[in-house]
Amino acid sequence: MTMAGIEGKGAHAATAVSRRAARIERPAGRRFRHAPPLIAAAGMLALWQLVVTGFGVPSYIAPSPVQVLRVFFEQGEILWINFWPTLLEAVAGFALGNSIAVVLAVWFVHSRLAERAFYPIAVFINTIPIIAVAPILVLILGNGYAPKIVIAALICFFPTLVNMVRGLKAVSPQMLELMRVLSASDREILWKIRLQSSLPFLFAALKIASTTCVIGAIVGEWIGSNYGLGSLIIEATYNFRAPLLYATVILGAGLAVAFFVTTTLLERRILKWKPGAVF
Amino acid sequence: MIAATAAAARAETSAAAAISVRELAVRFDTDAGSITALDRVGFEVPEGGFVTMLGPSGCGKSTLLRAIADLVPVADGAIRVFDRTPEQARRARDFAFVFQDATLLPWRSAIDNVRLPLEVGRQSGAMEQHAEPEALLALVGLEGRENALPHELSGGMRQRVSIARALVYRPRVLLMDEPFGALDEITRDKLNEELLRIWRETGTTIMFVTHSVPEAAFLGQKCLVLSAQPGRVREFVSIDFAEPRALAMRDTLEFVQVTAHLRSLLEDAR
Repeated sequence: MTMAGIEGKGAHAATAVSRRAARIERPAGRRFRHAPPLIAAAGMLALWQLVVTGFGVPSYIAPSPVQVLRVFFEQGEILWINFWPTLLEAVAGFALGNSIAVVLAVWFVHSRLAERAFYPIAVFINTIPIIAVAPILVLILGNGYAPKIVIAALICFFPTLVNMVRGLKAVSPQMLELMRVLSASDREILWKIRLQSSLPFLFAALKIASTTCVIGAIVGEWIGSNYGLGSLIIEATYNFRAPLLYATVILGAGLAVAFFVTTTLLERRILKWKPGAVF
Repeated sequence: MIAATAAAARAETSAAAAISVRELAVRFDTDAGSITALDRVGFEVPEGGFVTMLGPSGCGKSTLLRAIADLVPVADGAIRVFDRTPEQARRARDFAFVFQDATLLPWRSAIDNVRLPLEVGRQSGAMEQHAEPEALLALVGLEGRENALPHELSGGMRQRVSIARALVYRPRVLLMDEPFGALDEITRDKLNEELLRIWRETGTTIMFVTHSVPEAAFLGQKCLVLSAQPGRVREFVSIDFAEPRALAMRDTLEFVQVTAHLRSLLEDAR
């Protein structure tokens, strides 16, 4: 590498965001950063294909990757028709469950009595397996979108509540003393201090919720539903349409990954400061 | 401009002491019963004065400062800040507090941290006049770093931001609780000199808790030495050096005599 090249690299590192600058940069390592997992995944897919074709496994027991891929092209319509309801339920459940959790957490932090009264109930609700609650909610809310959204919301709710309560309380005693010296009201402390300092905790919870809300929507669709990825999973299983089943599962996983990545990108955009450090 | 307003304010109330403490007692209730942290403490800080506070660990220096700042309840006696109770003085924004840690909001830039006091506590109706945050950052030597986030600043710079934040609503009294305790000696010396400059330029009354004998002697016009368990006033020492003071002064015989006296008081105070 020429001197100019080295200097150019150094200048680039100096202007980079400090978070990135902290990471040691190796040009070769960066370029091929994604190579090992990609090669490993490709290898495993090839092995899967080899085993299935080599041992002549029938496709209704275990389809080969090529057969699954073919479903996306040949039966794409049935996949997409069932994809959109699940997406809608997951997003609505995510929004509903997390909003209620955040509002409750704010209430708990300001009212010791409310926390003592309702926190144990929240813990109890969380211990009930979601699969056991699902039929109850279908009985109560009928067969439309509502029970699926509520199940997705329920599964998001608890981690966010716990994290948000912790986050809102994670303000240093000295910061609270400063706000007292400034005669700040509880409301000002909430808006100026607590909500901001809870963001790292909230995003940790939202990342969990971003994948579990998809699980909630799919579980909701298992019970007496005739649309959505969950219902497609049940239908494909009972009819031994294994390639379709696998394609549906992959689509569901893809949805969860897309939510997770969106949440992570949002976190990077919003959290520009370094959480965890005490000043 | 800051100095002029402060001088005008001083002229209005020159009769009263900035801080007056009489027969003060502070007690804490613990599981093992009531502990007396401060007992029959009395002293006065003149307006525009710089008083340092020294004492062995656990003698209640910080507690005394916190009682003045309305952060700790008074059990007995009285505290007056410009003839107001600590609570009235707090609501009127008569004093500001600087903690040992800078206590900055990590998501706010330096300038926005300085603005924080102007955004909260408005219901107290004491915000008619404030200093320019930009001018204050320049006063504490942070010109050009307005938009830096706290994690991009050194410990000394963060403490400078917290001093600027304390000065933004033009408090008449600055209460400082070991503000430079966590800094290295070189940074501490520099900030000591700058604090004296800021004190001269703003005319603010300062009460300053420290563990360091040279710091107490260098900064204070008077030094309040406390004894421990319970905290009592050991001696209120006058320190008369020629003003303005410079760091080199610390190598003079005069200065060493003062620190030796303060040290002997601390020895007795144990």
